[in-house]
Parts: sequence; structure tokens; C-alpha cells
Amino acid sequence: MDIGSQMLHALIILFAAIFTDNILLARFLGMCSFLSVSRQVKTAVGLGLAVVMVMTFTIALDWLAYRYILQPYAIEYFRFILFIIIIAAFVQFIEMVIERYSPLLYQNLGIFLPLITVNCAVLGASLFMVIRQYNLIEAVAFGFGSGAGWMMAIVAMAGIRERLNNAKIPRGLQGPGITLIIAGIMALAFIGFTGVLSGR
Amino acid sequence: MNLFVIPIAIISGVSALLAAALIFAERVISNYGEVMLNINDKEKEFTVRGGASLLETLTDQKIFIPSACGGRGTCGYCKVKVTDGAGPLLPTEEPYMNAEERTAGIRLSCQVKLRNDLKIEIPAELLSIRQYVSTCEKIVDYTYDIKQFRLTIPERQEMKYTPGQYVQVLAPQYEKSAEEVYRAYSISSDPADKKAIELIVRRVPDGICTTYLFDYLKEGQSLNINGPYGHFYLRETTVPIIFIAGGSGIAPIKCILHHMQNMQNPRKAIFFFGVRTTRDLFLVEEMKGFESGLPDFKFIPVLSQPEPDANWRGATGWVTTAAEEYLKNQTEARTYEGYLCGSPGMIESSIKVLTGFGIPDDKIYYDKFS
Ligand SMILES: Cc1cc2nc3c(=O)[nH]c(=O)nc-3n(C[C@H](O)[C@H](O)[C@H](O)COP(=O)(O)OP(=O)(O)OC[C@H]3O[C@@H](n4cnc5c(N)ncnc54)[C@H](O)[C@@H]3O)c2cc1C
Ligand code: FES
Repeated sequence: MDIGSQMLHALIILFAAIFTDNILLARFLGMCSFLSVSRQVKTAVGLGLAVVMVMTFTIALDWLAYRYILQPYAIEYFRFILFIIIIAAFVQFIEMVIERYSPLLYQNLGIFLPLITVNCAVLGASLFMVIRQYNLIEAVAFGFGSGAGWMMAIVAMAGIRERLNNAKIPRGLQGPGITLIIAGIMALAFIGFTGVLSGR
Repeated sequence: MNLFVIPIAIISGVSALLAAALIFAERVISNYGEVMLNINDKEKEFTVRGGASLLETLTDQKIFIPSACGGRGTCGYCKVKVTDGAGPLLPTEEPYMNAEERTAGIRLSCQVKLRNDLKIEIPAELLSIRQYVSTCEKIVDYTYDIKQFRLTIPERQEMKYTPGQYVQVLAPQYEKSAEEVYRAYSISSDPADKKAIELIVRRVPDGICTTYLFDYLKEGQSLNINGPYGHFYLRETTVPIIFIAGGSGIAPIKCILHHMQNMQNPRKAIFFFGVRTTRDLFLVEEMKGFESGLPDFKFIPVLSQPEPDANWRGATGWVTTAAEEYLKNQTEARTYEGYLCGSPGMIESSIKVLTGFGIPDDKIYYDKFS
């Protein structure tokens, strides 16, 4: 493949990851922070950006580790452990850096980083990358797209929940109940994109 | 052999490498040096290593701030007033702050990090609050629904409390309760006893904490408590005292009486203790003991519904009525200080009686057991 068509392919993967194969709404990964941190649009944006950043970088690191450490020794089955360690270390590291050098960024984004270490969407994206045998460029596009898709979903959810504050919700459905129902409806809506693009 | 060794060596090697890199990064990047923590305008001052959260740092300094979520920013209990050095409110704190708290500089201490010198304000009583893992040494039955629990304080720790104060007991999760709860119980024991505290607890049917204490806690088991709290203690004056208590409300008054006896406090004091029947009566011998041990103290148990066959010759009726009768015969009734303890209903009607004799509101002290 020449560079041009490779880029095009990466672009398709990116958009597929956002819309047709949204990691949250189609794969239901990263649910817990999706449910708990989606009360305000402002915080959802902060968390979303942090996820985009972490996913993009960790997927590249994981790709490299997979390609140059696991594959040569034929120990691919260790990818779970290795990926988790790399993600955790990266998140810790980037948190320290941001906290030290950019209080403003830390204020808006850094404080969400500890929440992300345990976000299964991050690990999920890296594992999909392996299954689908992406090359590095595709992997980064996929990581970025998955993060952006996740962010879009949580920001949309936060927007809806801000509106819900003024709605009369039956007592038993308040809080997690109505949130899960909304998540289900959003997922249904996203099914509409199925088949439009395929990044595989 | 290689089948195992190489993969394990590789994974361990990578992990070790990452760990080393992180430790190195922490030394270099997250080194904030020493910072100064100034509490209550230099009432206390600590020089501590920067980088940790305010809550952790305070806990290290043995200052106990309430917290129920372990510092994850989800309970909103750990509020502390920061007057200088904390930077703007973080998004993780916002949901827990109302407009008043925002302007007052209240922060979640688990979210505020010590990166530079910090000035904070903590209420004086919080400064002396500690958490203790006590051991339930002995459980004594007083009546069919009242027990005394003796809790030993761990060695080398000491609870410094003012007689009359209470502690909070943590009832853990157990069969009948899916969540941990804290409940207040007054200290009833002799303050000279530094090794242990005693609590007098009345069973509340289906109550979360009392059911745990009565049916699940066994002698020898540990019980988490924290404290001391409260403003129910003897004021240092010389005027006569009227104590009124119902049921387990006797607890803090017993503690105060022990203290008065230890100090040989010469103040005139009288204690009206209300219960329903003779079956509900307890600690009578101890109270009689105070009558002989204290220079000027009288104990009056009052039964609201004595059993007809019990042959009760003491006072009957409402404890508040008995107190009223007594004050009527006192020439200087309005000089008394009132100390009340028990159910909200009993306290409300006692306050009415006392203020009726001209005792000012601010000379009436009470703990409502609600
Ligand atoms: C400052 C202070 C000091 C206290 N000191 C003592 C003490 O020394 N000894 C002591 O026994 N208690 C004391 N209490 C009361 C105690 O803290 C608890 O409220 C009580 O033991 C019930 O707790 P629970 O978890 O078992 O009941 P919960 O599960 O909280 O309550 C169960 C039900 O009983 C009702 N209820 C709660 N408390 C009472 C009550 N006291 N009487 C009747 N019904 C009630 C509730 O409304 C609820 O419907 C004190 C309270 C305060 C505020
Ligand atoms: S400790 Fe729970 S919010 Fe700070």
C-alpha cells in the first residue's frame, strides 16, 4: 500500500472507531466512569480529553511492546499483564509531569488521570488492536478514534443528564436507573451507523 | 525450562524497568520539597514533605478529619477551610460545595494537594479527635434492654476527653445492615480510668447500631470508635446543679459525677433519673455511692409506671414533674445550671420547666439522644 491509501485506511479506522464501533456504546467498555462521572458536561469533557490522550499514547506503546517484546519471544499470551502494566505506568508518569509543569492542565485534565488507570476501555482498545492486526499508524488512529468516541458518548450523556435535573423521574429510577436506560437508548441510536464504515 | 524462564524474566524485567523509571520520575518530577502547614493561625505548624494530599498529610500528623470514602472524593465528608495556598476549586470538589462554602474557602482535603505552604483552619474540637481500634473487654447487662460496654483503648494511646463528651461508634457491615454506620454514645466511665471507656446503650428495636452491639459484638472483639465530641460537660462555676436524665441518658452524667468525686467538687447537685418501672432501673447502688462520696449530692430515681406489686416507695410520675416540685421549694431556683440528657421529648419538657423558674437558656446544657 502506498502512503496515501494507508492514510485513507487509517482515517476510515478512526471514524469507524468513533461512530460505527464506538467502544462505549457498541462494546460497552469503560462503563463505570461513564456512569459515575457523567453528571456535568464540564467534568465529562475533562475526563473525555484525558481518555483520548491516554488511549492514543498507550495504544502506541502497547503496539511497540507487542511487536518488539512479545512477538519475538512468542509470548503474546502475556499481553494482558504487559498492557496493564504499561497503561498504569504511563498514566502515573503523565500525571506527575502534568501536575508539575502545567497546573492549568492538571486542574482541567490531570485530576481525572487516576480514574483512567482502571478504565477498561483503554485496555480494551489495545486488545482490539492486537486482534485486528493493525499496523502502528492504524493502531494510533484506532486509539485516538476510540478515545474520541468514548468522549463523545460521555459528553452527550452528561448533556442529557444535566437536562434530566429538571425532569420528573419516578423515584426508583433516579440516578443509575435512568442513566442505564439512557445509555441503552443511545446505544440503539448508534446501531444506526452499523455497516456504514468498517475499519477492519 | 526456557519455556518458563524466558517469558517470566522478560515480563518481570519490563515491570521492574517501568517501576524503576517511575520511582526515578517521582524523585525528580514530583519533588516538591518541604512545605509548611499552618493550622489555625500558627496554633499548630508542621513542616512536611509536599506532594501528598492534605487529608493524608493531616492523618500522618494525627489530625483526624472525617472521611468515609478513603480519599477518593466521593463522600464529601473531609471538608476543611483553606485560607491560603490551595489554588482554585477542582472539578472533583465542585459537586460537594454550596455557594457559601465556596466563598468561605472550604475544600475537600482529600483533593487538595500540598505543593506549597498552606494555611488552614480546623475547629478546635476536631484537633483532638482521634480514631481508636478499641477492644470490647466486657459487656454487662443492666436491664433487659440496657447494657454496658467496656472498651479498652489501645496501649500507648490515650483518649483525652472532657467528662460528658461522647464518642462515635462504627457499626461495620453485618447481616442486618449493608452499610457502615456511625452512632454517638456518651462516655459513662470514670475519667480517671485511662485504659478504657464505658458506654451505656439502650437497645432500639431494629436499630442498626444497637442490634450490632447487642447481638453481634462479642467480648474480645474489636470496635472502631472515634472522638471525643460534644459540648455537654460541666461548666466551671459554683452555682447549684440540677441533672435530669432518662434511661441511658444517665451515661454522661455518671461520667461527670465520677469526675466531681475525683475532684471532691463541693457544688450542690441533685440528679433526677427517670425510668418507667423497677425493671428499668439500674446503677442505683453506684448513685447512692456518689451520695456518700460527694460533699453535697442527692440522687432521686423517679418511676413513671411502677408495677403495683413492686412495693416502690420512691418518687413516681414524670421525671420533669419531680424536678419541678423540687425547684418550687428552692429559694434560689433561678441560679441553677441545668444538665439534661435523654430523649428529645424529655429534654424539651425539662427545658420548659427550667426556663419556667427563670433559668436562662444559656445555663441549660443538654445532649439529645436522637
Ligand atoms: C450526642 C448523642 C449521645 C448519645 N448517647 C447515647 C448513649 O449514651 N446511649 C444510648 O443508648 N444512645 C445514645 N445516643 C443515641 C444513639 O446515638 C443512637 O441514635 C441509638 O442507639 C439508635 O441507633 P441505632 O443505629 O441502633 O438505630 P437506628 O437504626 O438509627 O434507628 C432505628 C429506628 O429507631 C428510631 N430511633 C433512633 N434512636 C432512637 C432512640 N434513642 N430511641 C427510640 N427510637 C430511636 C429511629 O428513628 C429509627 O426509626 C446518643 C445520641 C446522641 C446524638
Ligand atoms: S474523603 Fe471522601 S470526599 Fe474526601
